[in-house]
Amino acid sequence: MTDKMMILIGGAFALLGLASLIGFALSRSRPSETVTNLNARIKAWWMMVAVFAVAFVVGKQLTIALFALTSFYCLREFLSITPTRPEDHRAVAFAFYLFIPLQYWLIWDEWQTLFTILIPVWAFLLLPVLAVLKGETEDFMARTARIQWALMLTVFCISHAPALLILKIPGFTGQNFLLLFFLITVVQLSDVLQYVFGKLFGRHQVAPRVSPAKTWEGLIGGGLSAAAVGAALWWITPFAPWQAALMALAIVLAGFFGGLVLSAVKRSLGAKDWGTMIEGHGGVLDRMDSVSFAAPVFFHLTNYFFAT
Amino acid sequence: VIGRTIIAATRFLVGGHARWQGCAPEPRQRIYFASHSSHLDTVILWAALPPALRATTHPVAALDYWGKGPVRRHIATRVLNAVLVDRAARHDPLAPLTAALDKGHSLILFPEGTRGNATAPGPFKGGLHHLARDYPQVELVPVYLTNLARAYPKGAILPAPIVCTASFGAPLKRIDDEAKPLFLERARRAVAALGDTA
Repeated sequence: MTDKMMILIGGAFALLGLASLIGFALSRSRPSETVTNLNARIKAWWMMVAVFAVAFVVGKQLTIALFALTSFYCLREFLSITPTRPEDHRAVAFAFYLFIPLQYWLIWDEWQTLFTILIPVWAFLLLPVLAVLKGETEDFMARTARIQWALMLTVFCISHAPALLILKIPGFTGQNFLLLFFLITVVQLSDVLQYVFGKLFGRHQVAPRVSPAKTWEGLIGGGLSAAAVGAALWWITPFAPWQAALMALAIVLAGFFGGLVLSAVKRSLGAKDWGTMIEGHGGVLDRMDSVSFAAPVFFHLTNYFFAT
Repeated sequence: VIGRTIIAATRFLVGGHARWQGCAPEPRQRIYFASHSSHLDTVILWAALPPALRATTHPVAALDYWGKGPVRRHIATRVLNAVLVDRAARHDPLAPLTAALDKGHSLILFPEGTRGNATAPGPFKGGLHHLARDYPQVELVPVYLTNLARAYPKGAILPAPIVCTASFGAPLKRIDDEAKPLFLERARRAVAALGDTA
């Protein structure tokens, strides 16, 4: 697997190198707001790929820890702009200090059954209990639902990406990191390519009120190209080429709808970006929105059809 | 070292960044007056100031909370640079404040006196009026702290990681011979207005 991973990370660096060169040339020939933003994004990409490479080299534990940290920042961003009340503090504190560590420890421990039900069952029941003891009924259901949604999207869903590492796939032992690479590459390339196709050919918006930047041309052009890249990566997966293509397509669609749904959530809260942490990208959740939908879909499709 | 640890923990958990909306972080003598909903208010506002200003800016903190126990007292007086006020004092509880202002230093004040859970600040106590009257050259800067009641409400053990920001408004204009209740209400509105736009 190490050989394959070297090729992949080398490929990612080469791609970014090319992007940086183009970005540099553009900033010289036709500087504009868009180009500055593009270069900030490329720089952030270097960071993210570097972190990913280090995580691979160090191993499963660091990968899990990094995703736990990602969940932490996403949950922080989500709850910071979500109107909860001071009476919800205990539920919020449990979400952060109990459920994030526990969810990721279950991956570490490879306890897949509890991992799957911890937040949909146990947190679902516990959080309203913590809040109800404060006796505040104002807006109770909406408040509880907000915290549950936040936990589902930013912890439960995102944790399915590193959970790929614990799937037991016959004939693929010790290579699960490649599945994670496959997921992240397809999701992020799909985001980038949809953006590029949208900028170049975008005419018809999918949902103008939710996300003006998302167009049918972008979705079809970018999505199909990302699926093609996914199919071309079949050799790093346990899938046949046609299976890899379908998996990539499922990832692309789930990721697209994740972006759309979280965009609607964000707008309903009156914000444009989830935060300011990654320069050019907005918040961490702005980068993870598509992953949060794509990871559970990819995890369960792989689990159902390929794992024992 | 403790100071740096507190700053790092604050940034990690609750952000605590500053938004300078109505004025810039300049080394002028000022009284920052802010909404009060949590014991973290003091720490957040202190962390939001640039390091150069922290040395000459003193949060005004209640003796009955921050003076309790050697650790808290050490953090309050040595790290946060606070002046402790005895809320139960018979005469002149403002004496430590005027002492700091006489040195040319700045203050951070929470004129509500006690912590409130509402988003809009409650009525202000009179201390701010006395200081404003006796020190006409000092700028009065309203500050609104967002999200603190949610991050660390009364009675909570640990702060929850919700991003809090400190918005600094334009200095309050002085009006000659303004009656005390009018002045205090105007000051309160200046803080509340920052909360509406935050």
